[in-house]
Amino acid sequence: MSKNVNTGEYFITGDVACAEGALAAGCGFFGGYPITPATEVAEHIAARLPDLGGVYIQLEDEIAAIASVLGASWAGVKSMTATSGPGFSLMMENIGLGICTETPCVIVNIQRAGPSTGLPTLGAQGDMMQARWGSHGHYEIIALSPSSPQEIFYQTIEAFNLSEKYRLPVLIMSDEAIGHISERVIIPKARDIKLISRIKPKGKKNYFKPYQPEGHLGIPPMADIGEGYNLHITGLTHDHKGYPDMTPEGQEEMVNRLIKKIKDNRDDIIRTEDYRMDDAEIVIVSYGVSARSSLAAVDIARAQGIKAGLFRLITVWPFSELRIKELAKKIRGFVTVELNLGQIHLEVERAAGGNAPAFLVGHHGGTVISPETIVEALKNNF
Amino acid sequence: MKNSSLSNKHPLDELIRTDRIPHIWCPGCGVGTVFSSFLIALRESGIDLKNTVVVSGIGCSGRAAGYVKLDSFHTTHGRAIPFATGIKLANPDLNVIVFSGDGDLFAIGGNHFIHAARRNVDLTVICVNNFTYGMTGGQAAATTPSMAKTTTTPKGNSESPFNLPHLAYASGATYVARWTMLHARDLTEAIKEAILKRGFSFIEALAPCPTGYGRRNKEQPLQTLKIYQEKAIIKNGANPAEADIDFNKGIILGKFIDIKKPTWLDTYNSIYRPQDNSDIIDAA
Ligand code: SF4
Repeated sequence: MSKNVNTGEYFITGDVACAEGALAAGCGFFGGYPITPATEVAEHIAARLPDLGGVYIQLEDEIAAIASVLGASWAGVKSMTATSGPGFSLMMENIGLGICTETPCVIVNIQRAGPSTGLPTLGAQGDMMQARWGSHGHYEIIALSPSSPQEIFYQTIEAFNLSEKYRLPVLIMSDEAIGHISERVIIPKARDIKLISRIKPKGKKNYFKPYQPEGHLGIPPMADIGEGYNLHITGLTHDHKGYPDMTPEGQEEMVNRLIKKIKDNRDDIIRTEDYRMDDAEIVIVSYGVSARSSLAAVDIARAQGIKAGLFRLITVWPFSELRIKELAKKIRGFVTVELNLGQIHLEVERAAGGNAPAFLVGHHGGTVISPETIVEALKNNF
Repeated sequence: MKNSSLSNKHPLDELIRTDRIPHIWCPGCGVGTVFSSFLIALRESGIDLKNTVVVSGIGCSGRAAGYVKLDSFHTTHGRAIPFATGIKLANPDLNVIVFSGDGDLFAIGGNHFIHAARRNVDLTVICVNNFTYGMTGGQAAATTPSMAKTTTTPKGNSESPFNLPHLAYASGATYVARWTMLHARDLTEAIKEAILKRGFSFIEALAPCPTGYGRRNKEQPLQTLKIYQEKAIIKNGANPAEADIDFNKGIILGKFIDIKKPTWLDTYNSIYRPQDNSDIIDAA
């Protein structure tokens, strides 16, 4: 039995389930910094990781935490960190470094209400656009949003797999409610967990170009430090050799490649879930804790004769643009439910392109949205 | 006829990405000389270069990572040390060397420096100290001498500079030395010792930035070297507290600290896995 996979049935919080998912995925380095409501992820890893041969270190701030995670990844170890809003803000610059240098790693954000210190102990989903665009420049990102402790367990494994496969930091955009709720979590046997690791380069070491896209996915193979490739890795715009290229052409080539590797593989990356969508006339779009309220709202609405369905975003970024576009042509309208004042809602509206109206059931954060509020909105708008 | 005694190769070529030369450093800049000392030290130290990695932050000195032909990382401004910390703890077999400038390591990155020294992470940190931000055109730094002129202190610096060896010592570094680029042999020796030292080791290398600093303070590159020569007081074992940079009283150079302490990883392993665990998780 693998010691890192805690096979069994448990009653645990989302934070602990996230930590277990990371260990099951083979995480060997965690750079942490305490912050409510994500601290328990770090605490659980700190207790478990040393026995598995890995390292937990608590850094001096979240900037150092994410920097250490990037370094550890290049040393060949799957690595991660977990934080909440203020720490996520501090990490932004190095998330950009991770994107630009194509460094696999996982960053968990157990969201709390902001701006600033906000409501440290109360949840929100207000960092969704920060997840998308928080670091400077134009890029693509992958962000997942779990709706239960069981799901955060699997999503953490999935996040590691996606990060290794597509070579970028992958974000888990959870929230305080999911981080702190305790529920049944089943951890499967190690052999039932599918793991993906970065593709290693083959061929002559002298000719290796660390950013030469390869294979049908267009992802460059990744050499680790100490393997004899004399890697040069920089956050400057660079060519396939990894060398700085300070030209508009070099910029265009690199940025396009970083965008294309995600955009062209959207079908492989994006996961969503339909609930009572077959004949739905009103589609609720939601994710994370808000998707739970939305699920209940669908059942209540259906009982009252409203043909509602839930389109749940398991992957929030890249956004399910094509699906929304398709739906917009045949339904009466969308209602986006989220604990912010319309971040994903505006994406839904944009993708709907005027073919169907889009409404928001949002909240400033600090609570969860009740199913009744959602049903009310369905009635008022349609 | 082939002239075998002449070569176009520089003796350090094997350690340089020659396809990236010419470098960006200005004529008269001291960074390159410190870089040469570093390369010679690397070679003379006899360490396994395949398992050696150089990490830089941002700035003129930070470009060193782009020229050394080893695994090398040019990271974000100020964050070379935590990036290097992650590398070292994830693969303790690697020799991890940070090469960067004073602005990068001690202003924006100062917090990381003191904590890495406190933890005694087994890193070698080489700081080229030219008293200014060269890359951005010569602004005041955390190391700029009082009253010195910079683009942001046009009438003179109203702040006091850090005493870097003292800061390193107080934070817990196990090896601390200061030389200038003029004292190239001593500097090379010190870097060699620091590389071979187990623990957090720190070298401060004073070097001129004629473009950003010198010309505003009426120092030609050679004059700066002359000052280095005239004002140098070599005093191995000196108390780092006395090593503040004051050109009126002289600049103390030498090896100040060389002590033994368990590294971060030594202590972590002894507490958390006393019965040695060999199954380090590997992504590959
Ligand atoms: S600006 Fe100063 S530090 Fe930078 S390369 Fe020129 S002389 Fe050297």
